[in-house]
Amino acid sequence: MAVAETATETFVGTSVKRKEDASLLRGRGTYVDNLTLPATAYMAIVRSPYPRARITSVNLDAARAAEGVVSAFSGTDLADDWKGGLPCAWPVTEDIKMPPHYPLATDEARYQGDGVAVVVAESRALAKDAAELVGVEYEPLPSIAGVERALEEGAPLVHEDVGTNECYVWKLETDDFSAALDAADVVVTRRYFQPRLIPSAIEPRAVVAQVGPTGDVTIWSATQIPHILRFATQLVLGIPESKIRVIAPDVGGGFGSKVEVYAEDQLAVTLARRLGRPVKWTEERAEAHVATIHGRDVVHELTFAATNDGTITAVKSEAWCAMGAYLQLVTPGVPLLGAWIYSGPYAIPNYSVTFTGVFTNTTPTDAYRGAGRPEATYVLERTMDALARELEMDPIELRQKNFVKEFPYTMASGLTIDAGDYDATLGRLLELLDLDAIRADQAARRESDDPRQIGVGFSTYNEMCGLAPSRILGAIRYAVGGWDAATVRFQPLGSVQVVVGTSPHGQGHETTFAQIVADQLGVDVDDVEVLHGDTASSQQGMDTYGSRSLAVGGIALWNAGEKIIGKARKIVAHQLEVAEDDLDYANGTFTVKGSPDRTMGIREAAFAAHAAHDLPDGMEPGLEQTAVFDPPNFSWPAGAHAAVVEVDTETGDTRLVRYVAVDDVGTAVNPMIIDGQVHGGVTQGIAAALFEEGAYDEEGNLLTTTMATYLVPSAAELPSYETDRIETRADNPLGVKGVGETGTIAAAPAVINAVVDALSHLGVTDVGLPATPERVWKAIEEVRT
Amino acid sequence: MIPAGFDYEVAESVEHAIELLGNGEDTKLLAGGHSLLPAMKLRLARPALLVDVGRLNDLAYVKEEGETIAIGALTRHKDVASSPELREHCAIVSYTAGHVGDPQVRHRGTIGGSLAHGDPASDLPSVILALHGELVARGPGGDRAIPAGEFFTGVWQTALAPHEVLVEIRVPKLGAAGWSYTKMARRAQDWATVAVAAVVHGNGSVERAAVALTNMGATTLRATAVEKALVGGASIDDAAALAADGTEPPTDHMASSDFRKHLARVLTRRALEEASRRSGRRARGG
Ligand SMILES: Cc1cc2nc3c(=O)[nH]c(=O)nc-3n(C[C@H](O)[C@H](O)[C@H](O)COP(=O)(O)OP(=O)(O)OC[C@H]3O[C@@H](n4cnc5c(N)ncnc54)[C@H](O)[C@@H]3O)c2cc1C
Repeated sequence: MAVAETATETFVGTSVKRKEDASLLRGRGTYVDNLTLPATAYMAIVRSPYPRARITSVNLDAARAAEGVVSAFSGTDLADDWKGGLPCAWPVTEDIKMPPHYPLATDEARYQGDGVAVVVAESRALAKDAAELVGVEYEPLPSIAGVERALEEGAPLVHEDVGTNECYVWKLETDDFSAALDAADVVVTRRYFQPRLIPSAIEPRAVVAQVGPTGDVTIWSATQIPHILRFATQLVLGIPESKIRVIAPDVGGGFGSKVEVYAEDQLAVTLARRLGRPVKWTEERAEAHVATIHGRDVVHELTFAATNDGTITAVKSEAWCAMGAYLQLVTPGVPLLGAWIYSGPYAIPNYSVTFTGVFTNTTPTDAYRGAGRPEATYVLERTMDALARELEMDPIELRQKNFVKEFPYTMASGLTIDAGDYDATLGRLLELLDLDAIRADQAARRESDDPRQIGVGFSTYNEMCGLAPSRILGAIRYAVGGWDAATVRFQPLGSVQVVVGTSPHGQGHETTFAQIVADQLGVDVDDVEVLHGDTASSQQGMDTYGSRSLAVGGIALWNAGEKIIGKARKIVAHQLEVAEDDLDYANGTFTVKGSPDRTMGIREAAFAAHAAHDLPDGMEPGLEQTAVFDPPNFSWPAGAHAAVVEVDTETGDTRLVRYVAVDDVGTAVNPMIIDGQVHGGVTQGIAAALFEEGAYDEEGNLLTTTMATYLVPSAAELPSYETDRIETRADNPLGVKGVGETGTIAAAPAVINAVVDALSHLGVTDVGLPATPERVWKAIEEVRT
Repeated sequence: MIPAGFDYEVAESVEHAIELLGNGEDTKLLAGGHSLLPAMKLRLARPALLVDVGRLNDLAYVKEEGETIAIGALTRHKDVASSPELREHCAIVSYTAGHVGDPQVRHRGTIGGSLAHGDPASDLPSVILALHGELVARGPGGDRAIPAGEFFTGVWQTALAPHEVLVEIRVPKLGAAGWSYTKMARRAQDWATVAVAAVVHGNGSVERAAVALTNMGATTLRATAVEKALVGGASIDDAAALAADGTEPPTDHMASSDFRKHLARVLTRRALEEASRRSGRRARGG
């Protein structure tokens, strides 16, 4: 028998090089745009240039007559093909307003970029040229962009039939909350605005749809959610899920913006069915700024109540959250993803959180890296510093005093944190930081009135991820479950195939999942192949978002591996003629207790399982097991981050000098990949603090329409990060928590706290997001005059 | 990001380029493409014909000619930045070219394209203006030299005729004059929010200076009030306070008009301080 060798190394905890990179770094990946099927037709969308306008007529004659055009359609032309609107899976309250949302607008365009017609041509360029010839007559209507103004009396309504711009009000409050607030020695309230962020994945969105001879449909989509997209496609187009195959090939980043059922995917299928040809669409970069969901756009008012010694007794948050013009897949639920952590890593006994969802004439918002938790953490950590100033207490001491110390810990919001050690995380951060030296430099610069001042800011956060226990999701009105599934399959000659229901798009699951299985089954990491992103191979899963793939999908995988070992044990016991209990299992080998030379490898058992010559009576041949894991709890990464900034007080120019991050993400499966996630996440948080702002004027005209005006930072603007970890095991078989969002959640408040610290001697207490040179300069001018 | 349809011709020589340009109507020269192609991809520019001069290597040079340095219009920013002649004799040009955009931009973009594009946010126009440089244009009738002070006429507008090719840029050797290009930009790849080019004569102090402002109006601008004040004996601080006088800078996503005025004053002071420190000795730099 030529079976694979027993591995002598173990892999979990080591920085195995990413299996994905051999193709991705050499430009040999296969993204949706790399696929060209025979007879493909290309789609271009005609989009409203107005934030809000009645569509009086759509004239397609000139476009239809243009070179290379296959056909052109208005929303009305296609309306009969749609059995339902683009779904929103999270109606957060019973009386939420859910206006219909179809792939193309028919009567009224409600944001700049809303699709009103589609042209299909023989090439992408011809489609784009012909789209310019579509004559849409618009009657511009009054429109509104800001959440606060949208709620004022007489504000223009985004959906006139709804009668209000208020989408929902959601509240979570503990008993006797008001009494706790009244009893406090100190009450601090601060108001914050977190602007829009435009996700900007390197790969823009893309789709190819093909209809087979029996009406079966294949959709290649740059998506994070092939399974959910399949489900949604039945809802929109009425095609049974059993006839739909969704493939997410290599996907170049998503950050939540590809957790979505987009108009273009459904249009491509609609047109492929009508035309009998594959239909392809690739988003243009400037198009992505209006047509792909945005993140954030939230106004907060946060209140802490505390005793004079700095014990926080209550937290209250009120937030007004922009939905945009329509509800996308989980738009209304995004704030709720932060709703339970407005107490952060602190033991705060009284709790009140209210969200008001608001329609505005803007691109819909939805989950963007961190989703709800960066929003909560930002206001919390900024207000921690404000409270420290109010109490004249050191911000670190205030944090330490209020940390949760014992685990498991049930928060006032009702959820239970299984594990953590917040003092240890912050302690390690302080060791790395050398705060005394920073404070000495700061004092010297203040003393000499140096125009370049420095400041240091902290953010100690915790995070609720590993989405999510299905029962809890049901209780908070999310439409589907939060479990995931995995299959582990021994091939006859001892290599292993793993099929997962999660859908990576840059994270490196082909590597980390292989590491876990390799250790568990005692095979080499290169003998484990991870299949994903195709509904034909992974029958069901809940896809990738919310730092869930390892903490949920990874546990399903582990459980499937345990089932494999269980079945192999039966085979080995049968063949060695011992009781199952008499076998020890370690690193791919079964050994008879007390007889170290009586052994059988799991790969031999795999071969025996496939040969089926000599299996226990009644046992099915083969060695393949599937497990489905529904997590009993969320997972709870946490950490302590610090930023050091230098501010040019004459120009407001602010540069990050150091960034130190200590995170506790549970067991580290692959430290290099964790560092990569932390670096990327931290960069997105810093970007929100210093660079990126999706800006609208009051009417809803987007001002940041290209990458020259929406400032995604590059390595040139950033220092090398200093990262470290502590590990407390999560309450699951692998001890893992998730790391996809930690950096984004932590970074923005650390940076702004540092900017405020740099200017605190001048009297500055707040700088708006992002801290542009002009905002910083104005903050200084305001306290000077 | 797909441009509207266009025709494309490769010029084999400057004369060929002039021939292909014809009367210049609906036709654009293509050099490094780093200003023109983005505009075309956004369909803000829709030329019917592109004449590619990017392969005219005989227009890529830096030469010493007595007290003048001559730079071929097709010289890439990175070659300007590393030119030994410029680093020795006119380091403000090489230094500034090294701070245009990012490495990709500097490897494709040309000094001629930077000037001919007439973008008030570009860096090199202010430098050439502060140096009293000259731009040499060639048309069907031959060459003419245009002083930098007359070259920039409006946003994306210059004194070049549509049928002319910019072939050379001529700048004086700096000798003992001090220089500074002080630029504030959000990201490495961004254009200046505001920048200041200063050339200072004096010996560790300022006797006379030429100061030009980037992104403070429809074209690069001479800060004449500052220059006059300095000649009249004003201190750097007092002179720099006049930097925004008479300017009408734009308001955009990077900064408001008022903030730009403030920055012009601060950056002018810093530029004059740096330039005066460098004056009176033969400064090498870049
Ligand atoms: C990301 C990015 C960042 C940038 N940052 C900066 C910056 O910080 N500072 C800065 O100054 N610039 C910046 N630029 C612009 C860059 O310097 C361009 O290269 C330059 O402006 C144009 O040079 P080009 O050779 O690319 O010209 P092209 O784009 O090819 O042409 C520009 C215009 O000039 C005309 N033209 C070109 N050559 C000639 C000629 N010989 N005769 C007559 N007309 C001609 C063309 O017809 C066209 O109208 C940036 C560009 C990018 C893409």
